[in-house]
Amino acid sequence: MLKLPIYLDNNATTPMDPRVLEAMLPYFTEHFGNAASRNHSFGWQAEEAVDYAREQIAKLIHADAKEIIFTSGATESNNLAIKGVFEMYAEKGNHFITVTTEHKAILDTCKHIEKLGAEVTYLEPATDGLITVEQVASAIKPNTVLVTVMYANNEIGVIQPIKAIAELCKSKGILFHTDATQAVGKIPVDVMADGIDLMSFTAHKMYGPKGVGALYVRRKNPRVKVTAQMDGGGHERGMRSGTINVTGIVGFGKACELCQQDMAQDTERIIKMRNRLEASLSELEESYINGNIEHRLPHLSNMSFKYVEGEGLIMGVKNIAVSSGSACTSASLEPSYVLKALGLDDELAHSSLRFGLSRFTTDEEIDYAINHVKEAVIKLREMSPLWEMFKEGIDLKTIQWAEH
Amino acid sequence: MAYSDKVIDHYSNPRNIGTLDKASKQVGTGLVGAPECGDVMRLQIEVDEVTGIIKDAKFKTFGCGSAIASSSLATEWLKGKSVDEALQIDNMDIVEELALPPVKIHCSVLAEDAIKSAINDYRAKNGLSPIEDNKKHY
Repeated sequence: MLKLPIYLDNNATTPMDPRVLEAMLPYFTEHFGNAASRNHSFGWQAEEAVDYAREQIAKLIHADAKEIIFTSGATESNNLAIKGVFEMYAEKGNHFITVTTEHKAILDTCKHIEKLGAEVTYLEPATDGLITVEQVASAIKPNTVLVTVMYANNEIGVIQPIKAIAELCKSKGILFHTDATQAVGKIPVDVMADGIDLMSFTAHKMYGPKGVGALYVRRKNPRVKVTAQMDGGGHERGMRSGTINVTGIVGFGKACELCQQDMAQDTERIIKMRNRLEASLSELEESYINGNIEHRLPHLSNMSFKYVEGEGLIMGVKNIAVSSGSACTSASLEPSYVLKALGLDDELAHSSLRFGLSRFTTDEEIDYAINHVKEAVIKLREMSPLWEMFKEGIDLKTIQWAEH
Repeated sequence: MAYSDKVIDHYSNPRNIGTLDKASKQVGTGLVGAPECGDVMRLQIEVDEVTGIIKDAKFKTFGCGSAIASSSLATEWLKGKSVDEALQIDNMDIVEELALPPVKIHCSVLAEDAIKSAINDYRAKNGLSPIEDNKKHY
């Protein structure tokens, strides 16, 4: 029996895998020690569990366990990476390079350091969401200290040419950071092969608990350091003070282990479902897949259904939990800045839905979602004046709209 | 954000969706909003030649649930009213009836604009000067 509503917003967060929960439970009540307590077995047990988790996490991304700095999540990791480099390498330079379609945790942090005297170049992606290594190359200046480019985009799922950008940075002696929140656990991410210096990721996007994330900080070739953004006990090699979240970290470790173990088979199944969803919804006239379809995460699909407004559509598909690129609920009425950065018409940006699949998504759920979305789009188009005009062959761009 | 029952009702069972003959002298058409704002309403009235009463009203709306509900409600209210009575419909009446939250007040404003725009179109077709809208919203 199908349980409604169906959760298809797995790029916002994933449900926790029951195997992760099971691993975590003893660390709430039984092994509750502070991993920094060096004088008794409670502390030792907690530390041992954290060390084990650090290994599990490091293994997934091909890092050394010592290179994992625990944080509260990817937002904190992004803040620590950017602000930490800004402070630590102030003598070397103050120029940063990023992309307009990054997550707000990157963009707003960049704006913050701009106020403190940093200079930031924001690269604009092509209409498929990708940037090129040449774009990065031409933005580099003598005072560039950090390039930060997300591994895979959270709204459209496109995967940036990370390895090529990292190689370029290395050749110029510039640090390279990537926000890999959407990628780690879903596609193979290898900090050694990719040449990444700093990388943010989080547990709750890969079937782990919320409130725990990590910043990978390279220790060799080059040895990278970031200035701590919180003062305190000097935990995490002095880069992030504060008692570490032992239960969360245990869950994070287990989640990484499971992703490593199940990735190939999960991906195969998920990609089939995603492709079926897209193929069926593409049967609707004037429907579009947003972003590059080749270099893309397997579990995400962002589609626009022209002449239907996103929020109205969300209301019409109430039995599935998805997200919309339209932010009509905010006073600004601004559509997604990511979709706008791709050069999408406003009405297409307003008409988008993001579907996020997980290892728990079933074929039955996808069947339901397909019919549900189709019915809603058809119904809303019947009541859309724009659809009627389109059908009459009127070019909407020729109309003088009374903006309000 | 939770929608009120009335918004959900109008969204699920919209009244008076459709199109009237734009070319008819008895029909006034108002098209307001803009695609890039995420809201476009088209509201039409058909005025009885003899009695001056709005005998039919239709709408089509591209927008969120509140925008659809506001225009659906407007067509319900318009039917049976004289043109002068129709001009008295205030956006705050729509806000109240549908229990719209503050972020959705613009949907009711748009519906009121659509009514006025349809009436002015009708007036223009019948050699009458447009009604000035001096009202300040909010």
